[in-house]
Amino acid sequence: MLSKTTDRLAKIWLWMSALAIILILLSVLGYIFINGIGIMSVSFLLDMPKNNWREGGILPAILGSLIVVFVALAFAAPVGVGTAVYLTEFRKEGLVTRIIRISSDALNAVPSIVFGLFGLSLFVFYLKDYTGGPSLLSAGLTLGFMILPTIIRTSEVAMRGVPYAERMESFGLGASKLQTIKNIVLPGAVPGIATGLILSIGRAVGETAPIIFMVALNPTVPKSLFGSGNTLTTQLYYLAMEGISMKVAFGTALTLMLVILTLNAITRVFKKRLSRNLRRG
Amino acid sequence: MESKSKIEVKNLNLWYGDKPALKDNNLSVKEKRVTALIGPSGCGKSTFVRCINRMNDLIDGVRITGSVLLDGKNIYDKDVDVVALRKMVGMVFQRPNPFPMSIFDNIAYGPRIHGIKDKDTLRKIVEESLVGAALWNEVSDRLGTNALDLSGGQQQRLCIARSLAVKPEVILFDEPCSALDPIATGKIEDLIHELRKKYTIVIVTHNMQQAARVSDYTGFFLLGKLLEFGKTRDIFENPKKKETEDYITGRFG
Amino acid sequence: MKEQFTWEKIVGAVLMLFSVTALVILLLIMLFILDGGLPLFNKVSVFDFLLGDKWMPAKGLFGASQFIIAALLVTFGAVLISVPLGISCAIFLAEIAPPWAKSIVRPAIDLMAGIPSIIYGVFALIVIVNLVRVAFNVASGETILAASIILAIMILPIIISISQDSIESVPKLYKEGSYALGATDWQTIRRVLVPAAGPGIIAGIILAMGRAIGETMAVVLVIGNVEKMPSGLLSPGETLTSAILLEMGEAVVKSTQYNALFCLGLVPFILVLIMSILSSRLITKSKGRFA
Repeated sequence: MLSKTTDRLAKIWLWMSALAIILILLSVLGYIFINGIGIMSVSFLLDMPKNNWREGGILPAILGSLIVVFVALAFAAPVGVGTAVYLTEFRKEGLVTRIIRISSDALNAVPSIVFGLFGLSLFVFYLKDYTGGPSLLSAGLTLGFMILPTIIRTSEVAMRGVPYAERMESFGLGASKLQTIKNIVLPGAVPGIATGLILSIGRAVGETAPIIFMVALNPTVPKSLFGSGNTLTTQLYYLAMEGISMKVAFGTALTLMLVILTLNAITRVFKKRLSRNLRRG
Repeated sequence: MESKSKIEVKNLNLWYGDKPALKDNNLSVKEKRVTALIGPSGCGKSTFVRCINRMNDLIDGVRITGSVLLDGKNIYDKDVDVVALRKMVGMVFQRPNPFPMSIFDNIAYGPRIHGIKDKDTLRKIVEESLVGAALWNEVSDRLGTNALDLSGGQQQRLCIARSLAVKPEVILFDEPCSALDPIATGKIEDLIHELRKKYTIVIVTHNMQQAARVSDYTGFFLLGKLLEFGKTRDIFENPKKKETEDYITGRFG
Repeated sequence: MKEQFTWEKIVGAVLMLFSVTALVILLLIMLFILDGGLPLFNKVSVFDFLLGDKWMPAKGLFGASQFIIAALLVTFGAVLISVPLGISCAIFLAEIAPPWAKSIVRPAIDLMAGIPSIIYGVFALIVIVNLVRVAFNVASGETILAASIILAIMILPIIISISQDSIESVPKLYKEGSYALGATDWQTIRRVLVPAAGPGIIAGIILAMGRAIGETMAVVLVIGNVEKMPSGLLSPGETLTSAILLEMGEAVVKSTQYNALFCLGLVPFILVLIMSILSSRLITKSKGRFA
């Protein structure tokens, strides 16, 4: 019967489409691995670059990425989690909460290059006396602005995941709102918030466009937040674009991918623990 | 006049995983008659009826033993075409579930998936089905409008028309009126009365009065087992089992 | 007791200040981008900017239409490639996949979503550009097509996730009704499920389009960066985003070129905002349909 044959063919097509996706992922990962593994070593990660990045290591870029992500988190984590606490515990649903949420969603949609322009005009030019112009600090703050919506959203979900009944019990025992938040809600939300933070770290470490105007190729170890620096992503862009050294470029790419894969694995472990806890609760 | 058996259920057992839901059921559904299945909620009536068009196949972990003979052939045999079976045995559900499409497309859906493409044929089938479901007069001028805009009772009649469009021989009704108001319920009951002239009908209902009004035969289900079966009048006026009598007189359920 | 209340008020006030930060940042972005970009229109008219096709900063010409066209071409190309594949994969996950397959494919998609755009760019620079060159027999593979392909790969996770969600949200009632009439799995999927999930799927596509228009790094490495109007999918081009990236290094601060580059950024900014609003409206509409 025609419909039966169509049914069978359609199912084959659907399986093929899933297979295609897997193959695409494997090609991208495999390509970076195969080309980067040659140069990968502990010394590659810890050495300084030599000969205009044609030899040596990529330590400054690694340090730069670490610093920039740290700054981003230092800004976005307290503000983001704080916003989530405010939205869930301090305010009833209404105009104010809707405005905050819409702003957060809108912020999330802003293209990365626009963040780059914004960071350039705000931190590098307007506030250059405070940030040191094109510095790791400017880059970190720009990224912090970028990941703020993600932290707000995931923290809010995590806090709403704590059952209302538990809050009621705490109030019923005479605890204040602050005590309840500190002792009941936040601890319960920690896995979800942590997952969100790790997700944001992954996003921050992988972005290039927002900070491309602030942290150029800098072959020295970063000495201060107000000085310029280098990150894995921006280094990778310049090495690939200018064709300086494809070997080091692939090494940089592999390093970046390893960071992402590690973060991804950590997130998955957390998510499993989260769902296990939810089932028990 | 005794009519012949359209559906013979023999030793039907069903398990959801390792939980038994139907225990060794035997039943004979007479052709072109209305057979009602009554009993307290959760006692397996719906599950039973879904065995007749193999809708339970769609649920994971379901195990079935025994046989269901339709015109003498066991529908659970390996060589049975489930698609063709469901064309012969239609089903109307508890909650009206018209597709989010126009009225016309809803009714034409069945014929279309079975290969009918000619527009004039489809139009004829749609009209016949709507007439057969006593809905034609109300919607003939707006076949292109969304079916979800109809009232609950109209939607349910639309679902009946949809089933009629594939020209079944048996129609299964799984508590068709439980989501409807009394007036809509009355219209459906009248419709069932008309439909029995052409179709074999099995109706699951938790409304005893409905069963008494509408059916020729009634079966009483309790805890997954068919306890008693017979002509409706006999069941209601002279129940043989105590449990049947208790249920009918309202002592439980 | 009174102390508790004062503490609570203080904390509440601090948190409220934190909460407005997102709004403040958003407004600041609008402010600074407009401040950086609007001065352009003292020297060049909006029409000349949007419709002119010559971009020569040295001569004071700032026509951006070739960038806009390139961006649109790249985006539509990406959507054309990724939508059929993405929806198929979503259907697979929602209806066909056994648990073992789901446990492989879903994490794979999440991983794909997390790969940095520069990595996709490097991959595309070597693999896809050469693929295009060999397959279509052109001098260089750095083309609009190459950019479309890598963008398609990048937006697949969005399309798959949202489409899968939409299909799974379709009430089971419809599926049952279809099966009861004797339909096969594919007939049910094609004729009932996917149409019913329509608005949600479209919302996902619009969101993906927004992502594609705003993407810079993967595009700039493979699109050839030629400031002329692209003549087709196999010609090189330059999108709004890649133009900003490439020229900002040489632009003098606060010069007209600087202003013009900010205006180039305004276009994707506004487009993406509109698309986000459209898409979230569609998602709410699709969730309310089945009430």
